[in-house]
Amino acid sequence: MSDQEYNPKSKFGKWFNDRLPLLTLANHLTDYPTPKNLNYWWTFGGILTFCLITQIVTGLVLAMHYIAHADMAFDSVEHIMRDVNYGWLIRYIHANGASMFFLAVYIHIFRSLFYGSYKAPREIIWIIGIVIYLLMMAAAFMGYVLPWGQMSFWGATVITNLFSAIPLVGEGIVTWLWGGYSVDNPTLTRFFTLHYLIPFLILGLVVLHIWALHVPGNNNPIGIDIRKPSKDTVPFHPYIVIKDGFALLMFMIVFAFFVFYTPNILGHADNYIEADPLVTPAHIVPEWYLLPFYAILRSVPDKLLGVVAMLSAIFILAALPWLDTSKIRSAVFRPLYRQFYWILVADVLILGYVGAMPAEGLYLLIARVATAYYFLHFLVILPVLGFKEKTLPIPLSITEPIMSGSPNLATAKNKESSNI
Amino acid sequence: MKNFYTILFLLSLIFGFQLNTNAAEKVEYLKTDWSFKGLFGKFDRSALQRGYQVYTEVCSSCHSMKYLSYRNLAEKGGPEFTESQAKAIAASFEVKDGPNEDGDMFTRPGKLSDKFVMPYENVKAAQAANGGAYPPDMSVLVKARGGGVDYIYSLLQGYEDPPVGITLDEGVYYNKYMYGNKIKMANQLSDGLVEYADGTNATVEQMSKDVTTFLMWAAEPHLESRHQMGFKAIVYLIILTILVYFSMKRIWSRIETKV
Repeated sequence: MSDQEYNPKSKFGKWFNDRLPLLTLANHLTDYPTPKNLNYWWTFGGILTFCLITQIVTGLVLAMHYIAHADMAFDSVEHIMRDVNYGWLIRYIHANGASMFFLAVYIHIFRSLFYGSYKAPREIIWIIGIVIYLLMMAAAFMGYVLPWGQMSFWGATVITNLFSAIPLVGEGIVTWLWGGYSVDNPTLTRFFTLHYLIPFLILGLVVLHIWALHVPGNNNPIGIDIRKPSKDTVPFHPYIVIKDGFALLMFMIVFAFFVFYTPNILGHADNYIEADPLVTPAHIVPEWYLLPFYAILRSVPDKLLGVVAMLSAIFILAALPWLDTSKIRSAVFRPLYRQFYWILVADVLILGYVGAMPAEGLYLLIARVATAYYFLHFLVILPVLGFKEKTLPIPLSITEPIMSGSPNLATAKNKESSNI
Repeated sequence: MKNFYTILFLLSLIFGFQLNTNAAEKVEYLKTDWSFKGLFGKFDRSALQRGYQVYTEVCSSCHSMKYLSYRNLAEKGGPEFTESQAKAIAASFEVKDGPNEDGDMFTRPGKLSDKFVMPYENVKAAQAANGGAYPPDMSVLVKARGGGVDYIYSLLQGYEDPPVGITLDEGVYYNKYMYGNKIKMANQLSDGLVEYADGTNATVEQMSKDVTTFLMWAAEPHLESRHQMGFKAIVYLIILTILVYFSMKRIWSRIETKV
């Protein structure tokens, strides 16, 4: 992994490192050459690691007090909120932590889209990231079921029922998932088991994600390949560590505000009503972070095709490194892509918005147009753009446009400052 | 940057449109100043004590509060009855206990550790006594309703004669804040219904406010310590952020790159 040999100074260190090169690894991590022009959009990797660890630690404590049984789950959550020491704090951190996690992951993904971080040679990092994102959605969905409120129960019913759209075996699969003929206690216990398992799978994939990142090194705002280490890079420690730490603290202030002052604003009021299989809520809506996909699902009149469209919307991202035919990574030097990028951002926000509204009338029409555009962006616009777009000249190195009197200087500097 | 603003503008148009359509459908809830809102929000002790009185004398004949115990009434951040008061309150209820050594169930006066006594044995009994409608448990009621405290406060004062053209079935009442306007709970509050121990004039508005405050505490018993801890945590984070910011500037000043 490391480019240069590392020799521990102490005798014991050398003895240990020869047998298990942990010190070499630590040295690699601290010295890791990082582009020095990374902006704050690059701090979300660290923030996401923090989110994952927070969820695992608070989740462990919650699991000590939670009872995964249809008759007791809701009561045990109230027990945590009232009688467990600081149980309310742990639970609110965990519940809002899920939203913060998704907020950070969406910023992380859209940063990647803007700066073309998914392009060669970083395709594997990107695909591992998509798998992590999928697992996050699964974990979040199952976690939302655990309090066994009305939205938990009916959300679980709606989402598991999607599998019934599969021809021939669909109904059988749904029965198998439920462990019975409706969402009930067996469903709850298996969801709890999986909700406990998935974060550790994510943790393993995060290690791979970072490992794969450390092979080519970070992409950067101007998206060029850089020599490392060179005057274009800084060692990860202390430069990036302190910068990530600063960004993390800013993020934690927002996080704390939600936890302490509006802990229930991101949840649905109906989830404080205990699950009742005989009473269906007026509107069944998923958590905010799943709304764009919910909108895509509902915009297709056919159930099976709706499910296919929803899943394609996620899996299409995995093919992105090959759908985007442009050789230039950063949108800074792609004037047309930059326009389409912002349209896509707006499109996804609109999808999220109509996902929360009833699927009828104008909302349904907007959802259909936005869904069509989403696929158009990835399947038509991106591939064509790579061939048609006239890109701006790119600088040779990070320092070059600033240090020397290069002809690219003015363009590169202007473009960089005019973005975000 | 320009694109970013364009998108912000488009989004604000959409959201603005949405707010307008919502306003046309929804009724505005009645507003009052809640002492527990805001960064330093705290419960008004006497409002909580009065609210408890309204709950026991009026609501508790149909609505349970199964997650509350009598000891909660004496805990910090709640109504803060003295321990002897809370013991007396608990003892005024008959609690079913058992089985004893002979295998029989028996009743005894309530203790601090007992949960609030439920008005009905079970949901079915509650439904049977209330024309098929189950009076919901009120422990987390304010968190289980979209409008929260404002909704409950308004609902209690929202009874009026149905508009012309709307006929109501037996046992159904008209309430302008209820979803669909039809509610199976009759108007419960009338001026002077309870006689407050502290001499406060028991108007419908006063009782609604007191009992809603009590319900807010019941749903969020740790609200006060949450607000206190939140303020400390955020101040601490802000100071730390500033310190880290200057450390960062200092470290990055070693190389000629802005951070």
